[in-house]
Amino acid sequence: MVHYCRTRGVIEAFRSFEREQPETKNNKPETVTTNHKQQTTNRTMAYDKFTVLKSTAVPMPIENVDTDQIIPARFLKATERKGFGDNLFRDWRFEGDGTPKKDFVLNNPIYTGKILVGGKNFGSGSSREHAAWAIYDYGFRCVVSSFFADIFKNNSLNIGILPVQVSESFLDQIFKAIEANPKTELEVNLAEQKISIVGGASESFEINGYKKHNMMNGFDDIDFLQSLKSDIQSFAVNSIY
Amino acid sequence: MSKTPAALFDKVWDSHVVRHIEDGPDVLFIDRHFIHEVTSPVAFLGLESRGLKVMFPEKTFATADHNTPTINQHLPVQDALSANQLKALESNSAKYGISHWGLGNPKNGIVHVVGPENGITLPGMTIVCGDSHTSTHGAFGAIAFGIGTSEVEMVLSSQCIMQPRPKKMRINVNGKLGKGITPKDVVLFIISRLTAAGATGYFVEFAGDVFENMSMEGRMTVCNMSIEMGARGGMIAPDETTFAYIKGREKAPKGEAWDKALAFWKSLKTEEGAFFDKEHTFSASEIEPMITYGTNPGMGIGITKRIPSAEQIGSGQASFDKSLAYMDFHEEESMLGKKVDYVFIGSCTNGRIEDFRAFASVIKGRKKADHVTAWIVPGSHIVEQQIKEEGILDILTEAGFQLRQPGCSACLAMNDDKIPAGKYAVSTSNRNFEGRQGPGARTMLASPLVAAAAAVTGFVTDPRELI
Repeated sequence: MVHYCRTRGVIEAFRSFEREQPETKNNKPETVTTNHKQQTTNRTMAYDKFTVLKSTAVPMPIENVDTDQIIPARFLKATERKGFGDNLFRDWRFEGDGTPKKDFVLNNPIYTGKILVGGKNFGSGSSREHAAWAIYDYGFRCVVSSFFADIFKNNSLNIGILPVQVSESFLDQIFKAIEANPKTELEVNLAEQKISIVGGASESFEINGYKKHNMMNGFDDIDFLQSLKSDIQSFAVNSIY
Repeated sequence: MSKTPAALFDKVWDSHVVRHIEDGPDVLFIDRHFIHEVTSPVAFLGLESRGLKVMFPEKTFATADHNTPTINQHLPVQDALSANQLKALESNSAKYGISHWGLGNPKNGIVHVVGPENGITLPGMTIVCGDSHTSTHGAFGAIAFGIGTSEVEMVLSSQCIMQPRPKKMRINVNGKLGKGITPKDVVLFIISRLTAAGATGYFVEFAGDVFENMSMEGRMTVCNMSIEMGARGGMIAPDETTFAYIKGREKAPKGEAWDKALAFWKSLKTEEGAFFDKEHTFSASEIEPMITYGTNPGMGIGITKRIPSAEQIGSGQASFDKSLAYMDFHEEESMLGKKVDYVFIGSCTNGRIEDFRAFASVIKGRKKADHVTAWIVPGSHIVEQQIKEEGILDILTEAGFQLRQPGCSACLAMNDDKIPAGKYAVSTSNRNFEGRQGPGARTMLASPLVAAAAAVTGFVTDPRELI
């Protein structure tokens, strides 16, 4: 509890200035570490489990693919989560009149699969989860890049898309393998945290234990947080704001 | 251990951790949650399908902004889908007891403008919203960042989200800014040095006398664009400038509560010797009025400089070429003198009263260039009122400009305020992505002064020649 000790004075100040707050010394929350696997009862599946994915991949060797490209703002007007895949990469994929642009990778029938491979800094920009929804709805379950923007990475993990961060050199190898043979398959093994070019090189990737457990079981955070409700309630009582 | 010096970030983060998850994220308690019409409807549907309630409705505030028209707001919204989102925000807020400032409400405006101006945003808070520019609120010494819709549902149902603890970065800018150099130039300069992904994985603290001497409006502009360098958020330690700004605002603490709050807020400083994973230091004298030439906010240069090469900025050649081709610009060209078709002043980045004062200071006594279409959009009705009361509206009218009504407008072009394909816009907003301001639109990001200089000359112009 290093962090907690270091700032205890501030926390006490934080909790004490509001005069109207009831006395709550007895249930003053301590920062406790929780093992998430002990709290997996009553959790429901929010998306399909992710264990091993073996698939061909769609290459998009462009840096800084931002969420406005993934789905432009004018397609965010729905009040339900459906149909976003139709407008995935809308302005790169279609002319203004809706004609597919021949040179865009999603319109090239040679490239198929459930894995999207993007250039460095994938998913930068807006927090719109619609970007992740569009990728999922189109049929991708995994995005591979050498670097992801933070919010996009969180959003993806929250809805069951696995963002796999690889080294720049491995990313380059993937692009080259697909360029040489579009039928090249990638295998993503979440349990082993390993991504392989089938018949070729492989690399390990990072994911925290909590999110890995969630992805492998199809769980999201919402019901996990429900299981902490009484702790949150006592925390709130002590909060000044 | 208790002697380890803490950074401002640690103090605020640690005081909000409900639980540490072993080999996982922290469960973070959220003090203030803002919602708007675009990223909240699916979260409310999620609550309904799970049979969950809003845990603390008094900690969530709703305002309509992303999708609202900026003219004739008294008439029914024409676009059926937009009208539907606005209706959903209103009915969801009513159903769950959430305060709602809809279209036409005198408090309505852009979420990151109305939060601070009504005293909802306070130092030491954790603040989230389904919008990446939530980082704006960090100007008050808060941990504030954008979240996705699943996380909106988490906050509604449990007042918490699960976040991995980011690394810490400090960016120092020291010295005195020259004439005509605004907070927007400072942040565009920083992003041009760090790149659009240079702070990904980090939470940034802005420090040094440039920020200490900056107004709250200026600090909000800087923190607003933290996300454009990839940062989770940006923050500035609260000081007398912060306290003076907050005092007397509608929802700010009053009387004895104010005194106690103030004592707490004064403790919110980074201690000497606190650890940062990364630190950058720049001198104010390096900064001149900035403008972007490419399709991400890291592609910015001093207005008198020439467009660099991919190699000079460390970008991949193909992506760099794609970007310049979209803009129809070339390496080595000067930005000065480029023709401008549209000027947009507004957004959560530069839609506050100081921005309109700056704009007015340049256009006063001049006329809008004939070939320029200008959209002047206040960040809120309160800002709109200030513009009228301070006589800025008269200056605008005299110079041939029209004031529109508040909203996000052409920043993301969700409503009808779209820059046509191929046209060049100087915008005070935050993103120059391809198509951001309308399909095919070409955006040059800049300060309100640079925007004003472009509006009256019709070309990219150094504002220092006009002030």
